Amino acid sequence: MKRFTDLYWRLDATTSTNEKVAALRDYFATAPHADAACALAVLSGGRQMRSVSSGLLREWAAAATGLPAWMVEECYAHVGDLAETLALLLPDPSAAGEGDGASLADVMQTTIHDLRGASEERKREVVAGVWGRLAPRERIVWHKLLTGGCRVGVSKTLVARALAEVAGVDQAVMAHRLMGDAVADGAAFARLLDPAPTDADSRRPYPFFLASALERSTVGEVAEDLGPLAEWQAEWKWDGMRAQIVRRGGDATVWSRGEELVSDAFPEIAAAAARLPPGTVLDGELLAVREGTLLGFGSLSKRAGRVRVTKKILEEIPCLFVAYDQLEAGGEDLRDRPLAERREMLERLVTTPFDATPAGFPAEAGRLFLSPLVIADSWDGLAGLRAGSRARGVEGLMLKRRNSPYGVGRTRGDWWKWKIEPLEIDAVLLYAQAGHGRRAGLHSDYTLGLWQDGRLVTVAKAYSGLSDDEIVEIDRIVRATTLEKHGPVRICQPTLVMQLAFEGVARSTRHKSGLAVRFPRIVRWRRDKEPAEAGTLADLERMIDAGR
Amino acid sequence: MRDLLELTPEGLYCPQGDFHVDPWRRVPRAVITHAHADHARAGCDRYLCSSAGKLVLRSRIGAGSPIDTLRFRESVSFNGVRVSLHPAGHLLGSAQVRIEHGGLTWVVSGDYKLQADPTCEPFEHVECDVFVSESTFGLPVYRWQEPEGIAAEINAWWRANRDAGRTSVLLAYSLGKAQRLAAMVDPSIGPIMAHGAVMKLVEAYRSSGVRLPPIDRVPPRARRVGDGRGLVIAPPSVLGGSWLRLFGESSVALASGWMMLRGVRRRRGFEKGFAVSDHADFPGLLTAIDASRAGRVLVTHGFSEPLARFLRETRGLDATVLPTRFTGESSPDAAEKAEGEAVDDDPETLTEAVEADADFGIGEPS
Repeated sequence: MKRFTDLYWRLDATTSTNEKVAALRDYFATAPHADAACALAVLSGGRQMRSVSSGLLREWAAAATGLPAWMVEECYAHVGDLAETLALLLPDPSAAGEGDGASLADVMQTTIHDLRGASEERKREVVAGVWGRLAPRERIVWHKLLTGGCRVGVSKTLVARALAEVAGVDQAVMAHRLMGDAVADGAAFARLLDPAPTDADSRRPYPFFLASALERSTVGEVAEDLGPLAEWQAEWKWDGMRAQIVRRGGDATVWSRGEELVSDAFPEIAAAAARLPPGTVLDGELLAVREGTLLGFGSLSKRAGRVRVTKKILEEIPCLFVAYDQLEAGGEDLRDRPLAERREMLERLVTTPFDATPAGFPAEAGRLFLSPLVIADSWDGLAGLRAGSRARGVEGLMLKRRNSPYGVGRTRGDWWKWKIEPLEIDAVLLYAQAGHGRRAGLHSDYTLGLWQDGRLVTVAKAYSGLSDDEIVEIDRIVRATTLEKHGPVRICQPTLVMQLAFEGVARSTRHKSGLAVRFPRIVRWRRDKEPAEAGTLADLERMIDAGR
Repeated sequence: MRDLLELTPEGLYCPQGDFHVDPWRRVPRAVITHAHADHARAGCDRYLCSSAGKLVLRSRIGAGSPIDTLRFRESVSFNGVRVSLHPAGHLLGSAQVRIEHGGLTWVVSGDYKLQADPTCEPFEHVECDVFVSESTFGLPVYRWQEPEGIAAEINAWWRANRDAGRTSVLLAYSLGKAQRLAAMVDPSIGPIMAHGAVMKLVEAYRSSGVRLPPIDRVPPRARRVGDGRGLVIAPPSVLGGSWLRLFGESSVALASGWMMLRGVRRRRGFEKGFAVSDHADFPGLLTAIDASRAGRVLVTHGFSEPLARFLRETRGLDATVLPTRFTGESSPDAAEKAEGEAVDDDPETLTEAVEADADFGIGEPS
């Protein structure tokens, strides 16, 4: 536990990538394998189960410190991080020192995993025991492990780099090994470090190649940046879930971009994939489509979140796979071949192009479709087609260089997202809530509203897009114009106008306004506008029709 | 019956004695708890402060207005109102103002701390009927480490930097905190240097009889300073400017009570933060409030709402919020931001920045 605590604080203390990799390398090279496996699970940000609810912890902390429950809440709202709040509030342990000498694996097992399903009394006993033992700097780490929110600001890429250095294998090999089944114990961790190729490699997907967003988006700029259109392949940018289908050996598996095996959540896709020739890997998009209508990402995540998919869900949210790249054929890795060549092979394998229009698609095509090319004779022509994206239910275009290999991660230059311009409206800040992590204690999450019959009605919650300095300034205004406080939420006098961008509008019963916007974010703070100049609900309503 | 002190647009006012305590605007007579810009404004006709704090106050308000002084515990009468000053432990000469009239006693504590500080007189518990308390760190998450522990941490950081050939830059408020830090650290580790804004007050401290280790002024127009061994004390306003580049490779740390919070430290991008403050922590506030034996407590400046509620619920005190000039609360970022507004290596510009912080309605950044 001490070794992991040291790692946590060493990672926390630096912003340098090299320093982080060095800290990880030192840890993985010296930690017992069983501990390393636990640490890896935590660092990879895999879903950690909560064995004790945050509400119970707060309640017990109030009892242990003799503070009223509301004061614990007040502190939590200020600190913005429960693990840290508790660590700061609890009395120092009676036995001074660096906690107990238990290993991370032991601590995880006895004080976290074993608590699952335990009685509330038992949980409280264990938690109180740990509180009495651990030093404050260990406590904060333990709380994070316990509440399942241990994020330390290291990407999977960094973890893979450090492990590759420890194992003495190529970083890509390690990235590949880290995909897939979790490293569950010390033995699995030892296999991870094996310098020789292992059997389990066979079902792993390839690391995903990611596109970058085109920052300049006028046709002229895009044409100037990317050169002749003939060098590019254009496709629709689907609003689905990126996935790879891996058909090797006896079965087929479906992998999400989150590097999770999702075959069980998408059994019909796995079944369709099993009919592909062995030694095939396809990259593409999972889409939910019912009766010729795209259901969008929300429905898909409903599917992906299920451990077991019921027949009802299968009928309600039918899914299909739109393939846009072939990474492996006959067991051969195709990633270094040019896209044009991979595309030709893909077109021979998957023949039915997906048509997103409500006209539907042939049932005989099954579940696997080809991502159709978007053909135009000029950048202007392509831009014209892109303008129709919203009506098609797509997010814009993907541009891929025809002679490019399939890379790893987000390498700029060969794959671009050319998204459509978002819809925008000026809205008034009505509520503000303190953020978490870097923005702890700062009011950085805003609920915005629009005018209707002389009143402001909330329409969206948004928080990105402002600079740190602006957030600090807004925080000051929020504090000075607070009308009411409800826990961490402040109701403010309407004085601030924000330019809100979003991808679409739909009717919704969840919001007072009866409308919901998709992927709302703040583009800029309109200091030049008074709340009276903000948009109305009627303006937003008109965008529903414009959208589809 | 009228209260002994009332809140007016100019600040806290004693109608019977016709004086203000820490007024926000120019008034005929200002009784000053301490010289920080949000408590001591220039331009009043007459000032009254502790004799220990006179030189520091003079350096802040400039020449011109006369400053009367009282030794600690000595009293003076204004129209039958007895006024005396008692150490607040916040910085050199900082005082609690005890005001007595018609059998009632008020104490305006100003900013205070209970921790030991070699550069000022220790906080004195004064009993009263009404106690006006700050609440900058009035949440129970704020509990300071003992000064010896903090000093050891700062020394260890400085020593490690020195051994690696990096200059240690310690950012701290230029009045009070900077001098306290200079007196806390171990001068045998290496040379101590300070920014001009800090130096001006180091001189005022020395002239007032406070012993400080040797400190060199960082020359205003130097090209390169030090050899990676030194400790540089400077106000946070130097961040983002070119001034820090004078020292070549350096490690920059902020000394502030807000550094208690990991989120604040990370947001501000400091690799190192020392949670050291000249304000009372939560247990300190409670100790001072309990020891005052006051039945009525007016809480101001900080987490006044939760602290007042806590006092009502746990102690049955008549505790309410005394609004400061600006209704907003202080916050970690606002406090440091204000001093960081003007970024310049010219100490004169810095003085303006320090003055400006009063306009943001926030306290000194602990």
